[in-house]
Amino acid sequence: MRLIKRREFLTAAGLATGGVLLTSRVAFAAGGAARKRFVFIILRGALDGLAAVPPYADSDYARLRGEAALAAPGAPNGALKLDGLFGLHPSLAFLHEAYGAHELVVFHAIASPYRERSHFDGQDVLENGGARAHALQTGWINRALASLPADRSARRGELGVALGQNVPLVMRGSAPVASWTPAHLAALDDDTLQRITDRYSTDALLSQRLADALATESLAAAAAPEPMMAPPTDRAAASQLLAQRDAGYQRRSAPYKEIIHATAGFLKSDDGPRVAVFDASGWDTHANEGGAEGQLSARLAALDSGLRTLKEELGPVWRDTVIMVVTEFGRTAAINGTRGTDHGTAAAAFLLGGAVDGGRVVADWPGLSSRALYQGRDLAPTLDLHRVMKGVLADHLQVPSRALATSVFPDSASAKPMQGIVRA
Amino acid sequence: MHDPVLAAIATNRFGLGARPGELARAGEDPRGALKAQLAGGAPLLQAAGLRSSADILSQALTLRRERRAARTDAAANADAAALMKVGQLYKPIYADETDARIRAAIATERPFIERLTHFWANHFAVSVDKATVLGLAGSFEREAIRPHVLGNFSDLLLAATRHPATLLYLDNQISVGPNSQLAQRAARHDSARRLGINENLAREVLELRTLGVAGGYTQADVTSFAQILTGWSIGAQSARLSGGTPGAFLFREEMHEPGAQHLLGKRYAEEGAAQGVAALSDLAQHPATAQFIATKLARHFIADEPSQRATQHLARAFRNSRGDLPSVYRALIDLKECWAQTFAKFKTPGEYIISSLRGLELPENYADTARGAFALLGQRIYAPGSPAGWPDRSADWDGGSAVLKRIEWADALGQKLGAHRDAMLLGPQWLGAGLSAATNSAIAHAASGSQALTLLLTAPEFMRR
Repeated sequence: MRLIKRREFLTAAGLATGGVLLTSRVAFAAGGAARKRFVFIILRGALDGLAAVPPYADSDYARLRGEAALAAPGAPNGALKLDGLFGLHPSLAFLHEAYGAHELVVFHAIASPYRERSHFDGQDVLENGGARAHALQTGWINRALASLPADRSARRGELGVALGQNVPLVMRGSAPVASWTPAHLAALDDDTLQRITDRYSTDALLSQRLADALATESLAAAAAPEPMMAPPTDRAAASQLLAQRDAGYQRRSAPYKEIIHATAGFLKSDDGPRVAVFDASGWDTHANEGGAEGQLSARLAALDSGLRTLKEELGPVWRDTVIMVVTEFGRTAAINGTRGTDHGTAAAAFLLGGAVDGGRVVADWPGLSSRALYQGRDLAPTLDLHRVMKGVLADHLQVPSRALATSVFPDSASAKPMQGIVRA
Repeated sequence: MHDPVLAAIATNRFGLGARPGELARAGEDPRGALKAQLAGGAPLLQAAGLRSSADILSQALTLRRERRAARTDAAANADAAALMKVGQLYKPIYADETDARIRAAIATERPFIERLTHFWANHFAVSVDKATVLGLAGSFEREAIRPHVLGNFSDLLLAATRHPATLLYLDNQISVGPNSQLAQRAARHDSARRLGINENLAREVLELRTLGVAGGYTQADVTSFAQILTGWSIGAQSARLSGGTPGAFLFREEMHEPGAQHLLGKRYAEEGAAQGVAALSDLAQHPATAQFIATKLARHFIADEPSQRATQHLARAFRNSRGDLPSVYRALIDLKECWAQTFAKFKTPGEYIISSLRGLELPENYADTARGAFALLGQRIYAPGSPAGWPDRSADWDGGSAVLKRIEWADALGQKLGAHRDAMLLGPQWLGAGLSAATNSAIAHAASGSQALTLLLTAPEFMRR
């Protein structure tokens, strides 16, 4: 209830776009490209592609992986069959169903232009869209959004939303984006909020950030079918909450629940953002990675179930949605001395959703023989991740090809947009 | 010379936010006041009930062994349920450690040194996102960081690297040289089982703690360094790896890769743990390390993107003093860039919380409540998402939702304490000459004491340091 009240405040204060556009949005929402949705999920820490998408029929696979190797499809705890060479980890049951429904493309031996082995630089390249770490200070998704024609059906013109504690680099830049973090304190009373807004009017950064946050919050409240958490009823309860809440433990019990729920809420809204970004960590499996069961298996199962929930919550919007799941680089082909894997090079990636033309594995498989391995230790990259990113942006979000080649992915002329991976 | 602007910088950017009275004291000679804090001993932290890492870890290792034994023995199965889980042991320890840390930050009379402690703990971060170090992050800071904050970087690097919390966090306690006695024994026993190295610690020491990612090392250096560090392990860590003082650092010769290694073009022929000590000592003195540390310090104390002039000045101080940290801090204080701009840095959530609590002179028993606030505002103590530690630029912390949450937290504090605090008096005490006329006027016209306090806590100048 207090959120509705805040929404009125927004309108009154001139922070929201106001009633005119709200009533006219129906006219804009009908357009083709405008209804497409895109979700970008970053698996931070370097997902082991050879565990998530095992090349079970590669003659070197079992030797390199030893006890962590997954059995062929059909065997107990075996891989879920994709084709004659590749399978999925048995924890990825939903992804396997999606593959059967032609809603999943699996990419393998894929990599960004980054060829070193630092998580942080690898993630920077994954997000900045350039050829080198720190080459650009903004993200490729933000630059893609900036290249799109203004969309007046989106309230405040925000086409993207970042979910999580902070806005990741891939979403930073000149295009306005919303941000959302789980769990809220008590809302301020409108008078105090008004005074803070007034005080921030001479501070460019804070006035912008506060306006963004208030607009996003009212949008989330309007879009979400139920409140994420009952708001505290009074100030005493609010300070109680301060003392008790420990977000770290809450997150761990259901890592994706709140974020998935909010993502669906945003994307389902007619006047909300259509591009959502969030990340998931915990993939840096240096030790005791496990095989069909174990540490990585549990993380994959949580991710798989989160994606299933996202499909369910998106409902009819699913058919207009493309979800891209990527990581900064892969891991060593062989298991290391501590039953884990160290930082590697080429990885696996996933394109999922009702708008995906799927049911195939896209890979120019280099093999796993010692000679074929990159620097004698990693799966060799044979496919440029930028090709997939460009293909999705071009065919799904209708980002102009000129912008793709110049502002969105500078220094990647050789990476042609991959065609035919999303449904027209 | 009394300079009110410099005093505001000294207490807010170099310190942890002014307690009432602190600003006036710094005003006489802000640079001198900071240098005076460098005198005196290491910023050790002692509080009743805090235990040593070895004590905590040996209990955890014993618990884990007992639970495992009880599980495999059907008759004793009932006992397994009665045994405490390691998490149950660790959780209250984490609470006690973080409370002690917050209390120290609220009460300290040497806030510059406490800030430096937080800086180095973050530089050598062990994240409690990894459950095995939840009970060790606090004692790690007390044992490996605090004794060396005013010492030499070499000693700090060595202490942090060999500490069991780091070894566990970055998997080194199980890293085995492929030609070590242990690996050979294992191969004889089971030819399919190849023990080997885990390069996690070696890579992160090079990338995040010494040379920096552009510091000129190769994959071969990472591999050699990982072999150099094999055997850096923990006493009585498992039934098979017994020996040593339980839970303390232990060099295990049988895990160590024999022979000389090459790192950054230099040959290390030392035997045993001395090989790693020598390599770390050279890394600590490397010019790339000086530049990397200088840049991080400048980013923390000057601006998100410090000038090259500033970072080179600090790197030179680092090199010339061979890593003597107080010399580097003095060079920092003497840099005029530090004093050119008020409120150049956007506070992290933790800095924001601590400065609020100091300014409000909250009693130390407020630490327990404050601990939850860190998590709520997005910076749970000792829980950065990666071994890089928490980031240190405005864009990492100033997202809309993060700002709004900070405002909401400040408002809850304002509501609670507004009746007992006078924001009109506190404003000049916290911000001195940095307090803007606009904030002063907003406070003067507030509808209530609570609202006035909220407006002070949320003022643009208090969001920054």
